[in-house]
Amino acid sequence: MIDLTVNGFDVQVPDGSTILEAALAAEIKIPTLCKHPDLPPTGACGICVVKVEGYPDLVRACSTPVQQGMKVETHDPEIVSVRRTLLEMILSTHPNECLTCGRHGACELQELAKDFGIREEKMPSIRRELPRDDSTGCITLDPRKCIKCGRCLEMCQQQQDVWALSFMERGLDTRIAPAGDITLAESPCVHCGQCSAHCPVGAILEYDQTEAVWDALRDPSRHCVAQIAPSVRVSLGEAFGYESGANLAGQLYHALRRMGFDTVFDTNFGADVTIMEEASELAERIRSAPEKLPLITTCCPSWVDFMEKFHADMIEHFSTCKSPHAILGTLTKTYYAEKEGIDPESIFMVSVMPCTAKKYEITREKSMYASGEQDVDISLTTREITRMIRQTGIALENLNCLELPDSPLGEYSGAGVIFGVSGGVMESALRSTHFFLTGEDPPELEFQPLRGLEGIKEMTVDLGGHNLRVAVAHGLGHVEKVLERVRVAKEKGDPMPYDFIEVMACPGGCIGGGGQSWNVCNTVRNQRAAGLIKEDRVQDVRTSYASPWIQKLYKDFLGAPLSPKAKELLHTSYRSRPEYLR
Amino acid sequence: MKVIDTVAGRHSGSRADSGLLEALHGLQAEHGYVPRQEAMALSRRLSVPLARIFEVLTFYSYFRLEEPGRITLSVCDGTSCHLQEGPVLLNALQELLGIKPGEATADGAYQLNVVRCLGCCSCSPVLMVDDKVYSHVEPTDLPRIMKKHPPIVNKESNDDAHSTA
Repeated sequence: MIDLTVNGFDVQVPDGSTILEAALAAEIKIPTLCKHPDLPPTGACGICVVKVEGYPDLVRACSTPVQQGMKVETHDPEIVSVRRTLLEMILSTHPNECLTCGRHGACELQELAKDFGIREEKMPSIRRELPRDDSTGCITLDPRKCIKCGRCLEMCQQQQDVWALSFMERGLDTRIAPAGDITLAESPCVHCGQCSAHCPVGAILEYDQTEAVWDALRDPSRHCVAQIAPSVRVSLGEAFGYESGANLAGQLYHALRRMGFDTVFDTNFGADVTIMEEASELAERIRSAPEKLPLITTCCPSWVDFMEKFHADMIEHFSTCKSPHAILGTLTKTYYAEKEGIDPESIFMVSVMPCTAKKYEITREKSMYASGEQDVDISLTTREITRMIRQTGIALENLNCLELPDSPLGEYSGAGVIFGVSGGVMESALRSTHFFLTGEDPPELEFQPLRGLEGIKEMTVDLGGHNLRVAVAHGLGHVEKVLERVRVAKEKGDPMPYDFIEVMACPGGCIGGGGQSWNVCNTVRNQRAAGLIKEDRVQDVRTSYASPWIQKLYKDFLGAPLSPKAKELLHTSYRSRPEYLR
Repeated sequence: MKVIDTVAGRHSGSRADSGLLEALHGLQAEHGYVPRQEAMALSRRLSVPLARIFEVLTFYSYFRLEEPGRITLSVCDGTSCHLQEGPVLLNALQELLGIKPGEATADGAYQLNVVRCLGCCSCSPVLMVDDKVYSHVEPTDLPRIMKKHPPIVNKESNDDAHSTA
């Protein structure tokens, strides 16, 4: 432990702590802008400068480690003045258009300008005109607003290992852009949106499609259907003053109905269907095609895109099963439409997702049109639905309601709920695979080693005599290591290191998705995860195969898992795609 | 490709990326700029992400991303030339050619560059056309100078040269 004083207060912090952390231990909040709790410091902005006795210059608190006996001063008038000047310099490069910015009210730069009482532009403006990039239809890149903090690059390059974004040029001319003068859609971008979730300002945002949804809701000829992803319910509340992890499913069903949706389903049901298909695939491979193991999950569209661009040699290991919301889209325009006598062409299906990549997924392959129509018409992020709820005038802040989703694609098992957290798809699949292999209920429903935020989680599971080696990876940077082990074993002709692998592109899984409420960090991820795990535990039915609603779907419509009809409607295919389109 | 092979051969394994700058210099020497397709080939060969290569390429002003014009016009903006109305000369050339510094004319004939100090401050302002230096250049001198450097006909196209100035 290291002893030091911050503003005269004695503080003791672990070796290796930064001044920023030491100050927090003394309840002193040093302002920051470029520093994000998830990421190593870049020291780019300088807002966190402090004085250290004996040091000739101010130092950055975010990147300076504490030393024994250090005397730190964090807030004297001179330091405040330096911070103000730095802030004014940043503002002189940043467009003054807060009112029409997608980050208005949740912007970290705006917050600082507010705290420092900036009332006029003191420095001459050196703003640059640079084109906006909407090419992906998932993410909006507005490089004019970039403050060059480097967070998005750290996420895109180091954490996700995608390398779509880079800092081009130098000094004042520095700008964020894909390699060379190409669009994001032509770059290796896999649409995970982690850049947007970590951007402190409005330089990278979700591509807003709320207007298209309002248009459909206003059109009396459309039968509008919404579905909500598992992880949205435990993140949405943060924007309305709830604690992270508070489960707002009931409130969300209510809000969607008030907004004008005719029917509200739950993606958790789609997740149960995914498990029926994927666990059947796994059981089949274990029994009769062990050479096709490991099976790799494909619920995450960013991961699918990443694999098609960087790891196409793994395609044979991919589950062909579509993701839960895609399945629910197909079933809505087939099973539900048939049952209710609604023309599928008139159905407008909106997915409410934690994800920016789902916007890409809904048109990625012809299997996304399995119903004969585009199965999901629009995919919204948590942040977009937050705005729509506010526009609808629903005081979600103090709304207590226990509304339920509609039948027949609304009721779900606990296995469907935990899809939203890293390890959840694996747990749910293991529960059902046990049943498919043995015909008996699994003795254990929870697999603790697969939970938590460790980047790669592994264990061996006994499924009725079959020893299954499984791995869970989240955050694309961690996937590489897992796949490399598989690749090496393949080359050497060694036994495979794993039988089943779950991958989620975003750290923590969907609860940490790129389209979720702002200000994500590991504390928030853990709280959101706890919210989903809690809901699984209170469900009467916690396995997909035992869900009466799933049994009815297969009895009335699909036949059996992996039946020709199920394959036609619920499965997809993959192909190698180029990293760069030019 | 030859340049890439030579460099990659010298820097192998986990240190492959240390050959990046050398390879980029080689590519520019060979082509006069670094073509995107060559940068992509280099990316695969050295296992360096293309994004990183472009970060390096755009960090150093030395590297060019587009094919330069066949005749290079370098306007000096060193201290002496700057004070002797070098910027006025630059403006006049920009207007005459319809391009900005660092760009080439659409037909690829001329390349306009700004350079700092050609080492002949007593002759300022100075314009250098390829390796020929013109002293005390005024905007009115430009048509005469340009006439001495008519566009070089692209070898592939066989049509006659057209005069610019």
